[in-house]
Amino acid sequence: MQRIGVFVCWCGSNIAATVDVKRVAETLGQEPGVVYSADYQYMCSENGQQLIKTAIKEHGLTGIVVCSCSPRMHEATFRKTAESAGLNPYMVEIANIREQVSWIHKDIEEATVKAIILGRTAIAKLLLNTPLTAGETGVTKRALVIGGGIAGIQTALDIAEAGYEVDIVEQRPTIGGRMAQLDKTFPTLDCAACILTPKMVDCAQNEKIDILSYSEVEEVKGFVGNFTVKIRKKARYIDEKKCTGCGICMSVCPSKKGLNEFNMNLNNRPAAYIPFAQAIPNVAVIDPEQCIKLKTGKCGLCSMKCEAKAIDYTQQDSFVERNYGAIVVATGFKIADLKYFNEYGYADNKDVITSLELERLMNAAGPTKGTLLRPSDNTHPHVITFIQCVGSRDISGCGKPYCSKICCMYTAKHAMLIREKYPDTEVHVFYIDIRTPGKNYDEFYRRAVEQYDVDYIKGMVGKVYNENGKLMVQGSDLLSNEQITIASDLVVLAAAIEPEPSVRKIATLLTTSIDTNNFLTEAHAKLRPVESPTAGIFLSGMCQGPKDIPETVSQASACAAKVIGLLAKDKLKCNPCVSISDDSMCIGCGTCANVCPYGAITYVDKEFRLGGGKTEVRRVASVNEAVCQGCGACTVACPSGAIDLKGFTTKQIMAEVEAVCKR
Amino acid sequence: MNNEQAKIISELSGTNAKQCMKCGKCSGRCPMFDSMDIKPHQFVSLIAKGQTDKLLESKSIWYCLSCMACVERCPRGVAPAAVIEAVRESVIRVQGQNQLKAEDVPQFVDPEFPQQILVSAFRKYNR
Repeated sequence: MQRIGVFVCWCGSNIAATVDVKRVAETLGQEPGVVYSADYQYMCSENGQQLIKTAIKEHGLTGIVVCSCSPRMHEATFRKTAESAGLNPYMVEIANIREQVSWIHKDIEEATVKAIILGRTAIAKLLLNTPLTAGETGVTKRALVIGGGIAGIQTALDIAEAGYEVDIVEQRPTIGGRMAQLDKTFPTLDCAACILTPKMVDCAQNEKIDILSYSEVEEVKGFVGNFTVKIRKKARYIDEKKCTGCGICMSVCPSKKGLNEFNMNLNNRPAAYIPFAQAIPNVAVIDPEQCIKLKTGKCGLCSMKCEAKAIDYTQQDSFVERNYGAIVVATGFKIADLKYFNEYGYADNKDVITSLELERLMNAAGPTKGTLLRPSDNTHPHVITFIQCVGSRDISGCGKPYCSKICCMYTAKHAMLIREKYPDTEVHVFYIDIRTPGKNYDEFYRRAVEQYDVDYIKGMVGKVYNENGKLMVQGSDLLSNEQITIASDLVVLAAAIEPEPSVRKIATLLTTSIDTNNFLTEAHAKLRPVESPTAGIFLSGMCQGPKDIPETVSQASACAAKVIGLLAKDKLKCNPCVSISDDSMCIGCGTCANVCPYGAITYVDKEFRLGGGKTEVRRVASVNEAVCQGCGACTVACPSGAIDLKGFTTKQIMAEVEAVCKR
Repeated sequence: MNNEQAKIISELSGTNAKQCMKCGKCSGRCPMFDSMDIKPHQFVSLIAKGQTDKLLESKSIWYCLSCMACVERCPRGVAPAAVIEAVRESVIRVQGQNQLKAEDVPQFVDPEFPQQILVSAFRKYNR
């Protein structure tokens, strides 16, 4: 028979103001099996824990129930307390009488009765608990970073700096991401390439970092410390090891109709191309949709001219499988689709562009070599109108409900750069609110207004239409309560950002959660912002929420610190609450192996004695305890009831249900 | 301030004025903006503040074309035209004009009128 102690916490007035804690302790003290009960103001405090330890020793307790806050908060604390008093830590049960009782009830009588029921339920379970021992697993000292933008690059560099190996998997032919497309960066106006490309080169030269460009994650198995990831290396049709990045293939390629994705489709590129001059790896790629040789079999010019003999039209996708201890998601963002915003005429007018397109038009390496020319007729625009919040803060179903956060600052940047370079240009900005929190940010925006004479108009644009070659921008000027129309040469839309769409597939592969806007969810919004709820999966950059470059870099480094903390451990304690299969009941149907999300169950042939000297070989389930995460899916699926979960056995759960229902 | 009236108008309009983020896109789009004394975005903000007196006296309610451009373009799912319509309805009710008798109609009918006008007029005013 067990000797159980019950400890009821007041949590100051958090619990005690709504629950009659004395009555709870007294009533639970009468329960069968309970030999000791007490209440205390703060059970988690030094004194509170001492009270538990003393009671365990003095009363020879074999298990304890703590009626307190959620087990997510202090289960680990009380397990440690019990362990230090010589009790098995899995002989501790928590009855959550704060989040589930005192915080949600007002009536003291009702709350007290519910607290007693929850305490009784925990006792019923504890009576059937058995001591469990946690095993240990090793940690693969290598990290995977998915996404090679500034977030992924910074995380990888920091992890490599600590001495661990890192692989960057990037779906595009080069790392660099969105930041590589930018012209200048706020609030200091240094050029994006000048500060990014050295980091890209660092990645390429660091012997701890392996860049797998033009590659995608295909399959993920395992668990924290021991992931196995299958990566698809898409066919480049060019031998990465032989290519010298000389660019001859680009210049001879006769197919020039492919849209240049790096330049936001503003101009064309050859079928064989290197996205931009500072690409890392500096290796060409052939676009199979555009290559004449791959489509018709006739051409092969690049192959003839390539001195390195790097062209290989027969190349196929290949796969690599590697082991990792931690995985970082840094998939970044894209500009949201503007198809629901016909009022701004984006689809119909070449001179209505997004801000990212403007970045390319202003960039010295862009399609216009840095001279601001409007796309329709390559003339210099004299009146430019910016429209902010296009698709952001929109709950009508056409756009995104959130604020994209970076638009106010980059619009001010664009306005200033244009006024600086082309003083004869008139710049108007339609805004709803100006949101510039951040160091030197508001000062930056004010400079656009005060020094650069940018015309900020509080109000939104209702429509943009073409009249005699001018783009007529009609909108509200709310502060003067007027409707105004500005005849413009170029209209720039600060379009909403959204997570890179591939993040959905990646979240599924990693069994981590995603919110309604496709941003990855962090383990705790305030206290664990760079960890995902799935152990061993970390978040870096825009995939978690809108951020500018300084914030992204800070988060990327924070993320690296968490990864390093994990990789520095030699052993990880396993969860002992894992599945166990009863061979005598297993019918070898395979259902459990099918539902197991971690691949922890395999089938083995085992010999069983039948009596009378006879034996029989049967196929039965075998659980790998190191891989099992204790989710319990198999126990529900098993048709013969052979599989059970340690610490949460069917008997224990039924006992809890009975205790709840007992009057 | 007449909060009770604001509540009634809000309910009639079926729109939640508190969802408005004061961007002014409705007034930026309105084709009748210049003829209005109180602008579409002001209808929403005055209803949110419960200031119905100004609205009930407004000439704008007779200029609104119910073209629904403001409703179509609102990023916050607010319907300024529905608020204007609700004010119009309230004014008519206050004046006791919510009766339309079939026998009175012929004298007003212009053969140029689309049939739709008669149908919607009966729907609204003949209860």
